[in-house]
Amino acid sequence: MSNSIHSGGEGELYSRDRAWHPPAFTPDYKTSILRSPRHALLSFRPTVSELTGPVFGDSALGPLDNDLIRNFSQDGADAIGQRLIVYGQVLDENARPVPHTLVEFWQANAGGRYRHKRESYLAPLDPNFGGCGRAITDESGYYHFRTIRPGAYPWPNGGNDWRPAHIHFSVFGHSFAQRLITQMYFEGDPMIWQCPIVGTIPDKAGIEQLIARLDRRNTVPMDALAYRFDIVLRGRRSTIFENKREGN
Amino acid sequence: MSNIFPTLRESPSQTAGPYVHIGLTPNFLGIEGVYVEDAGASMLTPDTKGERITITGRVLDGSGAPVADAVVELWQADADGSYAGARGPHSNTQPAFSGWGRKPVDSEGTFVFETIKPGPVPGPLGKPQAPHAQLWIVARGINIGLQTRLYFADETTANADDFVLNKIADPRRRETLIARREEGAVPRYVLDIHLQGDHETVFFDV
Repeated sequence: MSNSIHSGGEGELYSRDRAWHPPAFTPDYKTSILRSPRHALLSFRPTVSELTGPVFGDSALGPLDNDLIRNFSQDGADAIGQRLIVYGQVLDENARPVPHTLVEFWQANAGGRYRHKRESYLAPLDPNFGGCGRAITDESGYYHFRTIRPGAYPWPNGGNDWRPAHIHFSVFGHSFAQRLITQMYFEGDPMIWQCPIVGTIPDKAGIEQLIARLDRRNTVPMDALAYRFDIVLRGRRSTIFENKREGN
Repeated sequence: MSNIFPTLRESPSQTAGPYVHIGLTPNFLGIEGVYVEDAGASMLTPDTKGERITITGRVLDGSGAPVADAVVELWQADADGSYAGARGPHSNTQPAFSGWGRKPVDSEGTFVFETIKPGPVPGPLGKPQAPHAQLWIVARGINIGLQTRLYFADETTANADDFVLNKIADPRRRETLIARREEGAVPRYVLDIHLQGDHETVFFDV
C-alpha cells in the first residue's frame, strides 16, 4: 500500500446531497403525489456505467441553436419580447469548469405561453418563437444564448398558482450520474417566493442558487440585457487521501 | 492547492415540467426547423456491431396511469462492453455506436429504443457486471431525475451474479429491473417503469 498525497486524480463522485435537492414527494406540488417513488433509493459505488456519459461534438449544433430570437423565425422577424443575453459557467463542486458539455434550454414566450399542443393558456403564441435552444460549453465551461424574457403564467395546481418567469435547463456533464435538469429564475422577481415548484427546494440558499443576476457590464447597449446563471454539477473526489494498492 | 476540495454545492434540481418535450425533443412535438434531428433520436449507424434489439416499455404513475409527458434517456455499452469514448470537442466524426438515446413517451407513456444488446462491463474488483442499460427518467411531477437500470431476462446466470441486483434483497423488487424478451425479427425487451405502487421500480442514488 502506498499513501498517495499528491496525485489528485479523479476519484469517486461526491454523493448527491439529497437534503439540498427537492424530495420526490412534495404535496404542495400536486403532480408529485402520484409520481414520487416511496421506496428508499438504492445506493452503490458508481461503476464505469455511471462515471461515463455521452459526449457531444460542437459540430452537432447549428449556427442558430443558441439564438431563440431567430431560430424559429418564420418570416425573418425576431421573436417578440424583451431581448436578453443569458450566459454563465458550468462548474463542478470543486469549482472546476466543465468544458464541452451540452446545455439545453426551453421556455415560454413573452406572454407566458408555451408552444405545446397540451397548453391552453389564453396568451397568444408568437409565430416567430419556438422556445428551445442549446449550446456546448467552451474550454472554460461557459455557454451563452440570446432569447426574450419569458412571461409568468398561471397553472393548474392550487386555485391561483403562477409560475415566476423561468427558463428550464438540461445539463450533461461528463458522467451520466451528473445528469441534471433545473430552472433559472430572474433576480428581483417577487413571484419566485410564491411558487409551489420553487418551494420544493428545502433551503433558501438553494433557491438563491437558481436566481440569475442582472449583469449590467455584459448588457448589449441599445439591444439586450444580460443575465448570468452559473450551474454546478456533481464533482469527483480527489484521490489525494486514498490509500491505493500498488499497481492498482 | 485549488480545485480539489468541494467549495460549491450542486445546483438544486427542479422538475422538467410538462413541456420537457419542447426542450429535449422539439421535432417529435412538431417544433420543426430548429434542429435537423432531435438529439438521441437514433443510436444505430450502419457500422454498429451487435445484436439489433428493441427496448420498450411504459412509464406509469402510482395509479397505473401513463406519464405521457416523460422523457427517457438510455446510456449503454457497445456489444463488446465498451462505452463510447470521448471525442474531440470539434470532431465531425460520429462513433459507430453512440451508446446514448433519448425518447419522448407517447400518449400511452410508451418509449421505444432501437439499439443493440450491450456486452458486460467491469464492476467492482474487475468482476463483470451483467449486461445492462442505464435509464434516466424525467417528467412533470418528478422533482429530480430518476436513475435506474434495465437488465435482460435471458442473462439468467450473469444476472444472478450481478452486484447491483444482489443489493436488492426482495426478489420481487429485483424483477422490476429485468426486461422480458419477446422473440421476433428484431427481439424486443419489454420493461415498464412504475414510479410508485405495488410494482415500484427500484431507483438509484449513485
